Amino acid sequence: MSAAIVGAIVEMDDAGFIIGSYVLTFATVGLFAWRTLRRGRRLAEQVPDEEKYWL
Amino acid sequence: MTTTDLDAGTPARTSAPRGTGTRATRVLGIATVVAMAWLVAFGLGFSPADRDQEESVRILYVHVPTIWIAYLAFVVTAISSGCYLFGRKKSLGFDRVAGASAEIGVVFMAVTLIVGALWGRLTWGVFWQWDARLTTTALLFVTYIGYLAVRRLGGSHHQRAKRSAVLGLLAVLEIPLVHWSVRLWRSLHQEATVLRTDGDISMDGLMLFSLFVGVIAFTLLYVWLLLHRSRTMFLEDLIEDRGLDQALAARRAEAEEVRP
Repeated sequence: MSAAIVGAIVEMDDAGFIIGSYVLTFATVGLFAWRTLRRGRRLAEQVPDEEKYWL
Repeated sequence: MTTTDLDAGTPARTSAPRGTGTRATRVLGIATVVAMAWLVAFGLGFSPADRDQEESVRILYVHVPTIWIAYLAFVVTAISSGCYLFGRKKSLGFDRVAGASAEIGVVFMAVTLIVGALWGRLTWGVFWQWDARLTTTALLFVTYIGYLAVRRLGGSHHQRAKRSAVLGLLAVLEIPLVHWSVRLWRSLHQEATVLRTDGDISMDGLMLFSLFVGVIAFTLLYVWLLLHRSRTMFLEDLIEDRGLDQALAARRAEAEEVRP
């Protein structure tokens, strides 16, 4: 994204609410995705590959 | 999946994903990140401001896709529940897909409610109103929190699957109520803009495209999350079963020692 677009986003009306909505959405979903991946990796270490149906 | 370096006799470095991933999920993950970048570019940059709502309309591009995905997730939960309950095989795979989808749906619904409150503050002047749409959405959210609680009640995997499948089939009946609440009761919330019964989509082309990008991006994310979460649930069940087997074997061994 160019600097001009970033500048326009920051200067738009109610930028705090609008950017906050995007940040909140991506942060929440990202946290859930990260926790799911981390738990999956930890559990997968305890199970041999032959039992993982997706491999 | 892991390859072995025969010369050195040690595990070789491999590019294969670890944990619950495969090459397919990795590709899907990259596609999701690219689609999300497009969503940010179109949602915050290229799409125009609205005549009435001005810049705040940009929240639409995350608010609407998240609620659509929450609905989709709950419908998938219901379908998987039905497949478990009425299928011949009673496969626990259906139960895990149902549980994983409900979890994802709850996360998306929580995001919808919070982002909706922020949008409400800009357009209505308040974060929350006990309005028909908001109240029924909150009720749907609480119902699926209950569904997830019921899944953790204990018992065998099949007991869990059976009781949560019944709840999954009942809870989905709330979705039409939420969707039609703006028509059934007087509501602050606007009526549907895209999925209208008269087929008239009253939206600017670039706005509609930005919304479309949002729906695609979040759908890719949903599929990616569903694959990983259902596989993690499979591992949880497997490890739990193994723990039970080991405990039973230990008790049998103890009993053998005590027997004269």
